[in-house]
Amino acid sequence: MILFTELFEGLKIAWAAIRANKLRSVLTTLGIVIGVVTVTLMGTAIEGLDKAFLKSISFVSADVLYIQKEDWGPKSDAEWRKIQKRREITPEQEAAVERGATMARAIAPVCFSQRLITYNKRSASGVTILGTTDQLLFTGGGLTIADGRFISAAESDGGRPVCVIGTTVATNLFPREPPLGKKVAIDRHAFEVIGVLSRQGDMFGDFDNQAIIPMTQFNTVLERRTGVDMIEVKVRDTTEVEDAKEELRHIMRKARRLAPGDPDDFAINQQDQILDIVHKVIGTIAAVGLFITGLSLFVGGIGIMNIMFVSVAERTREIGIRKAIGAKRRTILMQFIIEAVTICLLGGAIGLGIAWPLTLVVQHFLPASMSLSILGLAILVSLLTGVISGFFPAWRAARMDPVDALRNE
Amino acid sequence: MKNGSLIRLQQLSRRYQMGAETIHALREVSLEIKRGEYVAIMGPSGSGKSTLMNLIGCLDTPTAGQYELNGVLVSDMDDNRLAEIRNKEIGFIFQTFNLLPRADALRNVELPLIYAGASASERRLVALEALTSVGLADRVHHKPNELSGGQRQRVAVARALVNKPSILLADEPTGNLDTKTGNEILALFDELCAKGHTLIVVTHEEDVARRSRRIVRIRDGLIASDEIVKRET
Ligand SMILES: Nc1ncnc2c1ncn2[C@@H]1O[C@H](COP(=O)(O)OP(=O)(O)OP(=O)(O)O)[C@@H](O)[C@H]1O
Ligand SMILES: [Mg+2]
Repeated sequence: MILFTELFEGLKIAWAAIRANKLRSVLTTLGIVIGVVTVTLMGTAIEGLDKAFLKSISFVSADVLYIQKEDWGPKSDAEWRKIQKRREITPEQEAAVERGATMARAIAPVCFSQRLITYNKRSASGVTILGTTDQLLFTGGGLTIADGRFISAAESDGGRPVCVIGTTVATNLFPREPPLGKKVAIDRHAFEVIGVLSRQGDMFGDFDNQAIIPMTQFNTVLERRTGVDMIEVKVRDTTEVEDAKEELRHIMRKARRLAPGDPDDFAINQQDQILDIVHKVIGTIAAVGLFITGLSLFVGGIGIMNIMFVSVAERTREIGIRKAIGAKRRTILMQFIIEAVTICLLGGAIGLGIAWPLTLVVQHFLPASMSLSILGLAILVSLLTGVISGFFPAWRAARMDPVDALRNE
Repeated sequence: MKNGSLIRLQQLSRRYQMGAETIHALREVSLEIKRGEYVAIMGPSGSGKSTLMNLIGCLDTPTAGQYELNGVLVSDMDDNRLAEIRNKEIGFIFQTFNLLPRADALRNVELPLIYAGASASERRLVALEALTSVGLADRVHHKPNELSGGQRQRVAVARALVNKPSILLADEPTGNLDTKTGNEILALFDELCAKGHTLIVVTHEEDVARRSRRIVRIRDGLIASDEIVKRET
């Protein structure tokens, strides 16, 4: 009860003191205002970045495994050269996977190539051509058909030269007409457009600038590959991902005739690896941001501390009077800490008021919004700055000798 | 009450260290004051009157000796307990009033009640009552700089009275007032004395001291004389 009364009184006194020195108080809050604006913008930007990354990798689902020569992690030049020398993944190995994988729902081999696609006088360059089978639609990857259909099983086994194109290719080649049924040329070979994919996003390269053709067409018309770039395996159940990975590894080692002691000369990649990299990058950005923010808050905190020391010195007599009348050390300590905190919270509120329209600007670039957690963080940060920077001046006030304080002019 | 004494000082000393020099502001002073007494403390400037008042008022702690207030040894209490004693047992009246300049009369008087933890409604009631008793019912919302010197000192008296303390301590209460307003304050003291309050007043005016019942004279930190005031009606 006494504590509550003292808290309330402390607030009243703080408010009166701040109002008595309006200009000074406003100038003092400036440091905190800047600090809180940085915290808020940084937090919002980082959250937005996180969201943007996660959204852009949604085409990689958690239950899909990617068997490739190289793994997705960052690597040195030497490692890279070593990986380049690895044997390629052959169709026989792919067949072994198809035969042996018990936990797979769908399996699709994939070959990549960059080509130019033309239609009449229009052309789309740098298009990623994927040679694959009908199964790719089921191995996940977030592939959905916006228009038409995907390649059929019969088409993947041989058959006709058909293709399914991404939205970028579609808009580049067919700005005005519907693409379905049209014959486009990939390296002067005609392919009939049978489907258009829906939009996927472009954070890691343009996934909409692609065209999918049957594997047989890829290997007879475009290139004559002896291997595949990747085998996509969709696992039947997300809980089985680790087991499935182990099983695939077994099959691959056997198919590639690795001796028991040899290290894997292939990789089974999954979403986790991308998430790891993404989180590392975001973590670094966040750390740098935190440092800058911390610095500005530190400067702001010093400003508050400085003014609080001045305030304590100016009000020495008041402190003496309060002590003579029965204020305890704790009471005086609280009074000045509350004053510092009030200044900081005021600065925090002004900072949030400034940051809010700025986050609206950030929203143009990132899927960001001022979340409740960031709001809480900003308030917490200003509160803490107040407590920390107010403590030493308040401590000095609390420890003043009442007789000396009363004698002060 | 033990021995009937409200205040009991035994060989109380207060020394100040100024570099190599030791200043003996008070030298082994022993003094007893009973409940309801009206005592004046006199002496030349620098003799130790204020030092004695600060010790009695628990604003300061003695270098040596013992101080019992209400039979309780306060001379070696810690800061927190002393603050409580000041709040509940002591009412200070200063020469320079020492009111909070930004607070109005009512709030100044409420202050000791705030530190005693009284509720807002109770505070208001008691403070208004105290202000009325010193004749300032119509000035409760005036700030100190909107009051005359005499009125300010009345606010200070009201503030000193508000927690119903055992002792009222006044250090040169009329020092900053003209004779007329000074007399008004002294009349107020007479009234309080008649109501049974214990008053200790520091002064160097013989007239002021004559209003009390007992005069203690101090010289160089020692009690020079201690006499009962004879009243020639
Ligand atoms: N904080 C201090 N440090 C050093 N010496 C002090 C201190 N306070 C008081 N003194 C000394 O103690 C002595 C007594 O001082 P005190 O204030 O009690 O005198 P006083 O009787 O109240 O005088 P006055 O009538 O001028 O108010 C003086 O010599 C003074 O210089
Ligand atoms: Mg004095």
